[in-house]
Amino acid sequence: MAGSDRGMLKCSRLTKVYSGARKALDGITFSVEATGIFVLIGRNGSGKTTLIRILATELEPTSGNASFGSMDVMGDASLLREKIAIVPQEARTVPWMTPMQTVSAYLMWRGMGYGEARRRASDALENLGMSHYRDRLNRTLSGGMKRKVLVAAVLSSDAEIIFLDEPTTGLDPVSRREFWDLMKDIEGERFTFLTTHYLEEAEALGDRIGMLEAGRLIRMGTLDDLRRSVRHGYSMSIPAGQKEVRISVSEGEMLKGADGTRILTSEDEAFSISRELIRDGVKFTINPVSLDDIFFYLVSREREENAGNKGEAVEQLRGFGGEEEQA
Amino acid sequence: MDSVEKRSRLSQFSASILVNSLYEMKNYPVVLVNTVLSPISFLLLIVFVSHGALIGEAVQGGFIMSMFGAGTSLQADLSHLKNDFKLQDMVVSSPTSWMVYVAGMAASELVYSVPALAVLAILAFYFVHMSPAGTLLFVAVLFLVFASSMAIGYTFATFSTDIVQSFAFSRLISTLFSTIPPVYYPITYIPLPYRYLAYLSPTTYAAQLAQYEGGYVHISPQMFAASWIILILVAAILFALAGSKARWREK
Ligand SMILES: Nc1ncnc2c1ncn2[C@@H]1O[C@H](COP(=O)(O)OP(=O)(O)OP(=O)(O)O)[C@@H](O)[C@H]1O
Ligand SMILES: [Mg+2]
Repeated sequence: MAGSDRGMLKCSRLTKVYSGARKALDGITFSVEATGIFVLIGRNGSGKTTLIRILATELEPTSGNASFGSMDVMGDASLLREKIAIVPQEARTVPWMTPMQTVSAYLMWRGMGYGEARRRASDALENLGMSHYRDRLNRTLSGGMKRKVLVAAVLSSDAEIIFLDEPTTGLDPVSRREFWDLMKDIEGERFTFLTTHYLEEAEALGDRIGMLEAGRLIRMGTLDDLRRSVRHGYSMSIPAGQKEVRISVSEGEMLKGADGTRILTSEDEAFSISRELIRDGVKFTINPVSLDDIFFYLVSREREENAGNKGEAVEQLRGFGGEEEQA
Repeated sequence: MDSVEKRSRLSQFSASILVNSLYEMKNYPVVLVNTVLSPISFLLLIVFVSHGALIGEAVQGGFIMSMFGAGTSLQADLSHLKNDFKLQDMVVSSPTSWMVYVAGMAASELVYSVPALAVLAILAFYFVHMSPAGTLLFVAVLFLVFASSMAIGYTFATFSTDIVQSFAFSRLISTLFSTIPPVYYPITYIPLPYRYLAYLSPTTYAAQLAQYEGGYVHISPQMFAASWIILILVAAILFALAGSKARWREK
């Protein structure tokens, strides 16, 4: 396969301190085979974009190193750049160009001839359902369509390693699923490193998933690996604003947030609590633990450990529920 | 998949020109009016104020300013594409080298200047009289001004992080190098103590050489040589700075 020289993606004690700021990345160390799709999740400001920009040779790390196979992001940047492509988080289409012009100019920048670039651009736009809009000015497209144009550009390139920083932000649920299908189709041919805030997206796409919190990689593995890091198999959610009920949880844990109560526990206890709630007429949902639960659980535990005190961690979790952001 | 060897430099170079000038001119023709007007408006002012006496110098000045202005535009365009569209980030993380990208962008600024240069060329045909050798030297002067302004434009663009900063840089540069120095008229029009200030700008030397070739001023052989040396040195230093100080990858 073309990508055999990609080898492993390795990061070793990767640290980034922006001038005059706290550590954006704090000693990231991991290695992962550079095949399939790697999904990086983490809260706002956890360092996803910083990590992706360092790996894509756009930003110098403060210390530590990172490499793909034998190609170091600092020392062998020009070799690595032959193989990579990125859609940055804040990338926007140029308003005075059309989708066709945007994608084909990108391919020409990568050294493809005009005719070939036009052909590939046309196919890529079609794959993303954009054929109808290919010759309209970008400024007349909707936000999600503009995003698709940029994604089409990198997907149609010859790059073997693709970085997508929140590629589906702003896409409607149907388009997002179409994007997932497309990603699964091209999986195997290349290595895709993507970030997202949609945890179902990470579940759907990620061969491996990494979780960043405050510049540290707190977990990495397959979805099953991550499931195992939560001791409990079931998750229950009781939305706020219902009558007060006393629930006692002995095996699992109860996390109270602004949006209600979340209980992570064993199958048996989940069902016994369910029976009580049904009897009292309280609305709730019950599911096997999802990535969402795992994320919520691990982040709260990480904070608890850092704060060294449970009370504070629970306070911070309230912020997670959607109210004010905490620093 | 395309192999590395098959990458065409010409395609890479053309992409910058397509994005930064041809597509823009095609889709927003109004931008052309501006490129013609800005070097010519000052020319007209000088011609009116001097009752036509300085038309030759003013046309030459228009050429010099078009070339210098191209660097200011390069800075604005590069900053805009980098900061507002993150296009430069996409290009950094790709096989495109900064040299091909910037060379293409510089060429796109020349393409943009074509309408203004055409108008100036017609005026020059009627009002400026230079020998073939003088014309060649004049073109060389213009080239040096263009090269210097490109190097300044690129270097500043890599440092700007937003539109306000970028705008401040370009205003500063164009005031220092084009509004204050005697580009559209002979330096002897400036009273003496201020003349020394004008000599701080490389565009002053460019204009002086042009005016000499046009037969509008007389300069000593020493001044002639010094002007060339200064123009070449400035261009070389600015290029060295661009190569070493400009940030392709962010720190
Ligand atoms: N250019 C910069 N200068 C200074 N600090 C920065 C810069 N870019 C990011 N930071 C800081 O670095 C930290 C990590 O930011 P980063 O953009 O990597 O987070 P993220 O995980 O991508 O967040 P989001 O999900 O919001 O995109 C944050 O604390 C942020 O404030
Ligand atoms: Mg980000």
